[in-house]
Amino acid sequence: MNCNDFVELVTEFLDGALSEGDERRFIEHLAECSGCETYLDQFRQTIATTGELTPDGISSDARQHLLSAFRDWQRDA
Amino acid sequence: MAGPRELPSDEVLVQRLRAGDEETFALVLDSWSGGMLRLAMSFVSTKDSAEEAVQDTWLAVIRGIDNFEGRASLKTWVYRILVNTAKARGTKESRTVPFASLLPEEEGPTVDAERFRAPGEQYAGHWVAGQEPRPWHIPEDHVLRGEVRELIAEAIDELPPRLRTVVTLRDVAGYGSEEVCSLLEISPGNQRVLLHRGRALLRRKLESYLFGAQGVAGGRGRA
Repeated sequence: MNCNDFVELVTEFLDGALSEGDERRFIEHLAECSGCETYLDQFRQTIATTGELTPDGISSDARQHLLSAFRDWQRDA
Repeated sequence: MAGPRELPSDEVLVQRLRAGDEETFALVLDSWSGGMLRLAMSFVSTKDSAEEAVQDTWLAVIRGIDNFEGRASLKTWVYRILVNTAKARGTKESRTVPFASLLPEEEGPTVDAERFRAPGEQYAGHWVAGQEPRPWHIPEDHVLRGEVRELIAEAIDELPPRLRTVVTLRDVAGYGSEEVCSLLEISPGNQRVLLHRGRALLRRKLESYLFGAQGVAGGRGRA
């Protein structure tokens, strides 16, 4: 496996979706190549940082509107 | 990963929502609306339209909570309503994001080919010296970490819509592959191609940012 193959298989590897043979070759390459080891590590860190995002919320007007809609719906039910 | 955060179990949530507990409604509203807004942006053309899709979804949830059967998680049920609502809006705005097949620009290498030795050279396909990824250090200082997060958030907004959708679902909202495939009606393989390309673009942004001063990532030797 070459480095340019390795970098395309990282997500499949992390998802556990590689075939047995590809996974073996992936790990063999990983053990031999510090550049690709770093690439994999950076991919993981990128995913972890993405996972820390707290997305923007809806506007407070929309929030108020929905809270009162919830209240009204319950009252009418 | 921002999976289900400190929320009560679905059973408790649904029971309280059906009983009209406002605090519980506010809790799910605040926990999920942000992710929903980002997801909706994948299907519609403006932030206003996305916000309306999110509002319409919550109204449908309020009216339909009694019909929730618990076959999927509550959040998945809500997201599914959102995807349908946003898709319908997107169609009206002629901005649909069909997932059935990949676009040509979504295939092909995700790392600049110039960083690898050319075919025919010795060690073809291996990193060019000086172009291999160098270990980086993401600062632990919380202000700087905030900057890094901000960078990623902006980079996600700049992703092509389909990549953004998959990255948002998998890596921001913390969904597994199967749930994403079922939400978007996309094959596991295509989903992974989009996710991988999105992640690779984000990694590249981080690399440029963290090594910006040294200029390594910008392609030393290419000047």
